[in-house]
This record gives sequence, structure tokens and C-alpha cells, in this order.
Amino acid sequence: MSVTTLQSRSSRRIVPRQPGWLARLFDYKPFLIVICLTPAIGLLAVFLTYPLGLGVWLAFTDTTIGRRGVFVGLENFQYLLTDPLWWGAVFYSVFYTAVATFGKFALGFWLALLLNNHFPFKSLLRAIVLLPWIVPTVLSALAFWWIYDPQFSIISYLLVDVLHLRTTNIDFLGSPWPARFSLIAANIWRGIPFVAISLLAGLQTISPSLYEAAMLDGASAWQRFRYITFPMMLPILAIVMTFSIIFTFTDFQLVYAITRGGPVNSTHLLATLAFQRGIAGGELGEGAAIAVSMIPFLVFATLFSYFGLARRKWQQGESND
Amino acid sequence: MTEAVVQSAKSSNVASSTPDTMEWDSRARRVMMIYLPLSCFVVILLFPFYWMAITSFKPNAELLNFKEHNPFWISSPTLAHIKHLLFETAYPRWLKTTMFVAIGSTFLSLFASTLAAYAIERLRFRGSPYVGLGIYMAYLVPPSILFIPLATVVVQFGLFDSPLALILVYPTFLVPFCTWLLIGYFKSIPYELEECALVDGATRLQILWRVTLPLAVPGLISAGIFSFTLSWNEFIYALAFIQSSANKTVPVAILTELVSGDVYQWGALMAGSLLGSLPVAVFYSLFVDYYVSSLTGAVKE
Repeated sequence: MSVTTLQSRSSRRIVPRQPGWLARLFDYKPFLIVICLTPAIGLLAVFLTYPLGLGVWLAFTDTTIGRRGVFVGLENFQYLLTDPLWWGAVFYSVFYTAVATFGKFALGFWLALLLNNHFPFKSLLRAIVLLPWIVPTVLSALAFWWIYDPQFSIISYLLVDVLHLRTTNIDFLGSPWPARFSLIAANIWRGIPFVAISLLAGLQTISPSLYEAAMLDGASAWQRFRYITFPMMLPILAIVMTFSIIFTFTDFQLVYAITRGGPVNSTHLLATLAFQRGIAGGELGEGAAIAVSMIPFLVFATLFSYFGLARRKWQQGESND
Repeated sequence: MTEAVVQSAKSSNVASSTPDTMEWDSRARRVMMIYLPLSCFVVILLFPFYWMAITSFKPNAELLNFKEHNPFWISSPTLAHIKHLLFETAYPRWLKTTMFVAIGSTFLSLFASTLAAYAIERLRFRGSPYVGLGIYMAYLVPPSILFIPLATVVVQFGLFDSPLALILVYPTFLVPFCTWLLIGYFKSIPYELEECALVDGATRLQILWRVTLPLAVPGLISAGIFSFTLSWNEFIYALAFIQSSANKTVPVAILTELVSGDVYQWGALMAGSLLGSLPVAVFYSLFVDYYVSSLTGAVKE
């Protein structure tokens, strides 16, 4: 506006100051939308969508490192179905996910309820509680490896020399079942903070007036939890649990760092088995098939946790925001 | 109401004096129900770090002899493990690589997701919610499914064994999260501000740079911290795509380079873990509130 009046007043010699074609182009909305979305969509397309499709394709080929494979149909999957190691990994992945998720949510919910009380140094405590979550998993896994050492385990020391509950050291990682449970314990330890802090955020959104009303009606602490806290938390529980299940089922670091699938392949998760066959063993096709075989489990677990838990909210007829 | 409870509990320690406190809120009960389990949680959650720290300063003789030395304390602390780590291994190099990768991928994903979030939330086009949902869905694809095909893609691009591969690949799990977080932040900025700028003749990019971004700084910080810690901690891609010792990131290098032979150098291993955890821990402690808000904000969305 001001520019045009200036121009009309000033002499003809001055070229009207039109915005350059570049500036005009960048103000053209469709162009701007494309430009803005390109980096994100491009990165995701090249390094996520394309590999995802490529992975599915690889699963149907016999590609190895250094050799392009040919299409072999369902051969990889047929082989996996007869492979006891794959069945073992499926079993342990499901078991690991189920037990660890249950543990994480039971303890995490409890911790969230505790943190929802008022006491001094609350924010400091909340910060401390998150530490296991932010520290690199592999590094804390190493600490657990050291804690689970067959000879110098501090837990064994406590049980044997201090409390005199046992006479021999616990062999945490030497035999299948103790190793499985030791890994689950480490996973729970690492997962509690995320669950607790997320659920704490949910707890803080519940209006105190609900509790007041319930207390006026004479509800006990358990009834308040059962009929107010728990139903109000279901939507957020569903989301957090979906994430937790996905990332526990596809866990890799913890197992790779502590046992690498041993002893006698008893603690292989599907991800570690895929790594062992695909990258370490060079059988890219077979590794990809193992990785792809995780997808149905993930889809099922996601649908189950999401619909199983979120259903009630819909039944109550609330709008789904 | 709750504020009142806190106040009364703090001032008198006898919480039951006010009428609207809960009847079970007596002191002994409170200790049993809250402080005792809470301290158990804190002890268990922190113990591995304590153990890590104390192991890194213990001389080997104490480390492997629980009979004569109390394992929970150090009688003669030593810096030998840390010295070994810093001067006799490539640890400083690994730290530098990790820092480079983490900072690079953080900036790349912040750049990409700011633009994407702005386009989705502010430029509003038909189908923009679906694009947002699509980007978010990418977060649900776990790296364990992707690393084998990604390894072949990285080889095709000639980036195998290069930190650049990690910088380009990490945004796959950073961009969805950051975009979602920033969409939330942009939503909270009043649209009127942008309309004013538009009326004043600012271009869209000027608006983004001069108006929206300065207001979204807390969101950018949250997203940045989150990206930094996630890329610092990343393991499976770094393990699969990097082969030469010099280019490894700290988590991978400690596991593959320091663990050698049958006798584990627990002192050095724990010192390495401690030093590798410190940068994220320090970074985190500086910005705890941003971090927590990003974590919980993403869940609440």
C-alpha cells in the first residue's frame, strides 16, 4: 500500500519495487506447502517407507550380503516354520513382552500413584525417577550384566553373605529360565519411568472434585481407585500400553548387550535372531523374513491393547478427541 | 482443595487437623503407604547407576574381592579405569563421533519437522490432518523391522560405515515425534498474531521465522532435547551400519570394542558406561521440565 503511493509520487525513473519472482513463488501457498513438507516426507519416504517395502520384498528373496537374490516365494517363511530357533524366539518374544509389560504397568502405575501425592522435593524426585529412561539402554544393560555376574554379582553377595538366605551364588545368565527372567527384570527396570511419568500426567488431569464427591458418598480408597482413577486412566493407558508393547516386542539392545541370545539360544528375541541371521550371518533374505514375521504380532498387539482398553470410553458415548 | 491439604500438611505435619483431609492421612500411615514404597522405588531405580559409578572408581583388587572389602564402598578410589579409557582406547574419538551424529541428526530433524508441522498446522490444506497422522504413524514402525533393508539402502547410497548414514537415518524416528510435538505447540500460538503479520505484508516464511518460531521456542527445545537423547542412545542402526572402530558411537563401541576376551575389564566397562551416560544426564538435568513436558505432552495429544 505504502509502496504504491510512494511510487506514484516519485518520478517515473524509479522501477516499481515489485517483490522478486522468488519471493512471490515462496508466497504461493501450494508451492510453499510442497516445499515445507518435502524434507520430512522425503526423509521418511527414503529411509522408512522404501526400506519397509524393500524389507517385505527381501523376505521373499534369497538375498545374501554381496549377492542380489532372486524371488523364492514363501521359501524363507516355510523354512522359519520348521526352525525350532524361530519358534523359540517367538515364544520368548511373546513371553518377554507379556511379563515385562505387566510388570512395567503394575509397578509404573503404582509409582505414578505414589508420585501423585504431595511431599517435599517432588519435582526433584520426578527428575530422578526418569534417569533409567534417558540413559543409553546399552550402558545400563552393561551395568545389569555386571550385577548379574556369576561370581561377583552384588545380588548374590547380598543373599549369600549378608542375608544368609542362600548358600551358593545365583547363576543369573548361565541357564535358560534364570537368564530369561533376569532380562525381563532389566527391561522392567528400564520401562518403569516412562510408564510412571506418562501415567502421572494422566493422573493430574483427573479433576479432584470427582474424588471429593466419591468421598462424600463414603467411597473407600480402593473404590476410589477402582471406579474413578482406573476408568479415567483407560484412554491414556491404552496409548502408553500400545507404545510399550510395540517397543518391548521389538526390543533388541538389552538382549544383545547382556546375553546375545544365549545360553543355548534360549533368550533370542525375534529382533536379535533377525540380526544374527541377517547382518552377522549375512543371510539378508532370511533376516528380513524374521523381521517381517514380527509385523502380524505387532498389529495384533496394537489392536488388542488399543481396542481392548479404549473401548470403554466409546461405550460411554464420549467424543473421541 | 489439594493445595490446602499440602499447606496444612507442610505447616503442621498433623494433616488430620483440617476437616477436608482424608481420614487415612495420618502420619504413620502416610509413611507406610507413600514414603516407604517410594524410597524402595528410588533405591532400585538408582542402584545400577550407583553400582556403575562405584565400580568405575574401584581398583581391581577391591572389585573382585567381596570378602575383605565392603562392596558397597571404596576404600582406595582410583582413576586408573578412566585414565585407561581416555588415553589407551579410542574413547574420546567415539564420544566425538556420537556428539557429531547426535547434533547433526537433531538439527536435521528439527528443521524438517518444523517445516512440516508449520505446513500441517498453519498452511492448512485439504488432507493436512491425514498427512499429520501419516507422519505420526511412522513412529509406530520400530527400527528392529527396518534395519536389515535399511542396511542395503545405506550400502546402495555408498554411506556404509559413515556417520553421515546415521545422521540421515535417525530422523526416521525423530521426525514423527518432533512433528507431532511441534504441531501441538503451533496450535497453542494464537492465529491472530499471524494474521496481523499477513496484513502488514509479511511473507509466509517471514511469519514463520519472525513470529511463529520465536513463540515456539519451548517446543523447539523440548523436541531438540528429545531428539538429542534418542540419537545419543540409538543402538541397532549404529551397530548395523558402522564397521570401523573409529566411526563407532559410544554405546556400540563400548559393547563391541571394550568387551574382549574372557576376562571382562569391569572397571573400564563401567567407567565407559558412566562417561557415556553423563552427557545425556547433564543435558537432561538442565532441561528436565522441557523433557517431562515433551514426554507427557506427546502422550496426552
